[in-house]
Amino acid sequence: MNQIVNTSVTRRHFVIASASAAGGLAISVAFPGLADAASIGVQAWGPEIAPNEINAFLAIDPDGSILIRSPHQEMGQGAITALPMIVAEELECDWSKVKVEYASPARNLREKNVYGEMTTVGSRGVRTSWQMLLQAGASARERLIAAAAHRWNVPSSECEAANSKVTHKATGRSLDYGALSADAAKINLDKEPAIRTPDQFKLIGKRIARLDTPLKINGSAKFAIDTQVPGMVYAAVAACPVFGGKLKSVDETPAKGRRGVLQVVKLDNAVVVVADRFWRAKEALALLKPEWDVGEAGNTDSAQFAKLYRDTLDGAMVNARNDGNVDDAFGKGGKIVEAVYEAPHLAHATMEPLNATVNLQADKLEVWLGSQTPMGTIRQAAAASGLKPEQIVIHNCFLGGGFGRRSINDEMRQAILVAKVVGKPVKLVWTREEDMTHDRYRPQAAVRMKAALGADGMPTAFDAKIAVGSILRSTGINKVENGIEAQAVEGFANIPYAIPSVRVGCMLKNTHVPVMFWRSVGSSQNAFFVESYIDELAQAAGQDPYKFRRALLAGKSDFLGVLDTIAEKSDWGKPLGQGRGRGIAIHECYGSIIGQVAEVTVSQKGEVRVDRVVAAVDCGHVVNPGIVEAQIQSGVIYGLSAALYGEITIKQGRVEQANFDEYQVVRLSDTPKIEVHLALSGGKKWGGIGEPGTAATAPAVANAVFAATGTRVRSMPLKNIKLPGPV
Amino acid sequence: MIALTVNGKAYSLDVEPETPLLWVIRDELGMTGTKFGCGIAQCGACTVHVDGEAIRSCSIQIGDVANKTIMTIEGLSPDAKHPVQQAWLAEDVPQCGYCQSGQIMAAVAFLKEHPKPTDADIDANLTNICRCGTYVRIRSAIHRAAALMKT
Repeated sequence: MNQIVNTSVTRRHFVIASASAAGGLAISVAFPGLADAASIGVQAWGPEIAPNEINAFLAIDPDGSILIRSPHQEMGQGAITALPMIVAEELECDWSKVKVEYASPARNLREKNVYGEMTTVGSRGVRTSWQMLLQAGASARERLIAAAAHRWNVPSSECEAANSKVTHKATGRSLDYGALSADAAKINLDKEPAIRTPDQFKLIGKRIARLDTPLKINGSAKFAIDTQVPGMVYAAVAACPVFGGKLKSVDETPAKGRRGVLQVVKLDNAVVVVADRFWRAKEALALLKPEWDVGEAGNTDSAQFAKLYRDTLDGAMVNARNDGNVDDAFGKGGKIVEAVYEAPHLAHATMEPLNATVNLQADKLEVWLGSQTPMGTIRQAAAASGLKPEQIVIHNCFLGGGFGRRSINDEMRQAILVAKVVGKPVKLVWTREEDMTHDRYRPQAAVRMKAALGADGMPTAFDAKIAVGSILRSTGINKVENGIEAQAVEGFANIPYAIPSVRVGCMLKNTHVPVMFWRSVGSSQNAFFVESYIDELAQAAGQDPYKFRRALLAGKSDFLGVLDTIAEKSDWGKPLGQGRGRGIAIHECYGSIIGQVAEVTVSQKGEVRVDRVVAAVDCGHVVNPGIVEAQIQSGVIYGLSAALYGEITIKQGRVEQANFDEYQVVRLSDTPKIEVHLALSGGKKWGGIGEPGTAATAPAVANAVFAATGTRVRSMPLKNIKLPGPV
Repeated sequence: MIALTVNGKAYSLDVEPETPLLWVIRDELGMTGTKFGCGIAQCGACTVHVDGEAIRSCSIQIGDVANKTIMTIEGLSPDAKHPVQQAWLAEDVPQCGYCQSGQIMAAVAFLKEHPKPTDADIDANLTNICRCGTYVRIRSAIHRAAALMKT
């Protein structure tokens, strides 16, 4: 998930659209009271090709209305506001005339990735697409200027563009973009314009309202689950509760004859009831007692897995990093600190349970769903349907949460298989129970860390052994090369602290439990391990955790900028009352540095309450500070849910938690005050913002619990830790 | 046939009386602003008003709300001008947005009982789940809405 994607912009991205290209008009719902704001339709997708395109990213109609396409999906992280802002920055357009749609995956397939990878994973939206989007805006603007200059028979250099108009400076003549668009689309520039540098930004950096808010306060935004297709039937599904198991048999009798029930469909590993209403399908399904062939996996449980990962730490490792000479350093004596940490499986638990609607015909498949990886979705749909990728049309909806879960579309595959049997459009919906027990989970992990401290208390050697599930092996997305995957060691292999000898070993071990990307991925557990352990070292060295980190980060101005900001804003060092404590953590992931100080109160009964989180982030540049603030708040809450409660456990091969009563998450009553500060280093850094906020929360909270109680938290979640109450 | 009034319009529906109100609203009436989140009244994404009271519609049967007056997010205001919606807009609360219809309906009912709420009132009474973690802005928006409703 943290692969670096080539962001170079190629000229073919800006081939002028054919003048004969035509398509349906984009549907945009004007919002009462917001006539002067940019907008997005209730459906995020639009037609592949619009009239009056200047390039694949934008079209300008004669009336001056502007269509901008977002190559990334909206799952709450603000992409459909921030990405069009980047295009508009260069376009010099009237923001109130902008309508936004998702770019079309089918067109991207046909036009050889004109929109890039279109993946909304790895906090990639802005950081992989900003240059492409600036270029799209600049390229269109220069064509509009050239079109006006041609009309007036003056050099382009005498004209300037601003607020959707081109003006001839000497004479004051001006033309609206709408009047120039058709000409601009036909212009070939000798040279594509250079994109702006950050010091020239006018729109980027402004706190502009999200475009999707008006649709999300009146229930009009369309999520996949809201899809209505004429003639469609509803499907409720129960997959084998043990991953990898198969359906042996099922007696269909209890479902038959019930009102609305149309058919029972048997898949290789699931039973599906199809009915005229979802609730009828779900109720009939609940009456069935399928027999499963669960195999050996049916005898496994979480205690076995915990032992597996702990035992793996004693075996051979593959080194992801080996700097200096760790063994020599340990041989030289000094204080040795050693600790084992563990992290459980976690479910994504998006608010919108997985669902997909499909309309399968002989030569065409239409799919309505929420996908973080629409190009991958096309491939998955082709494989499940037997059609060619060009015959697949993906209508990507607003995603009711993603967090990594919607990067593989298990629900769509089932819907396609059911549609093949019933021969009608099918909406297949997972219940919350199905969603939670058939997730692809955050991997379980155990880590042993060992360090030697020199006479000055600073570490001379750091040795980490990591045992964790392989996401690549589990998903099959990519091959594991040399026994290592980046997701397993992120946060360790790039540990930022100046330690002369560092060795990071890893052994990937998978069980039958499927594992996948979970918001901040490897950093979600590794930041907890590393940052809690660094706190242990500070304590062993008798040093303040902030100052200890500061010394180990000497010379790294971006890290220090974040660290000093959270220390200052959190009143680090100022005494707190009895039973209270502060914890600090800093972590780099997805190109950004996140730091957090958590302030906790531990009751006499040992209950932890997080009162306040002070966060600072260095993502280099900010497109929209309101969205960055919201994403850090969001990340903190997601991380806090995991830290306080998050745990998926296995018994008899099955997930034990099925709904929010058993998999508690943070609600308002658990929500701390959260302050978000920017500590931007600028320069070439363009970091991601969707995930980093999650990574630093667990260690900041765990370190605060130590400060309050003297108890070191070496496993998650906190609900399982017996705390003695305040010291 | 079961009679009920939704957003001011009377309906007579031929459905099983044990059908949850949520699925009647979504699949019979085609109003999709009310969301399915958990089915067990844990998350609140399906919150609607029944005779003015916030109810988790996934866990109440249509037979139990016959002849009652129901309001969904679609009926809150014809132009999204309800003070709670305006406060949500001003604070830019939603992220993915899936839970927000329920959050808003819960907040509207809450503010009737607590016109001048403290943070503690909000935390103690509003239990809807938001996995995007918009809670900090929800708190701000509720205070803003309370102020708007007073003026």
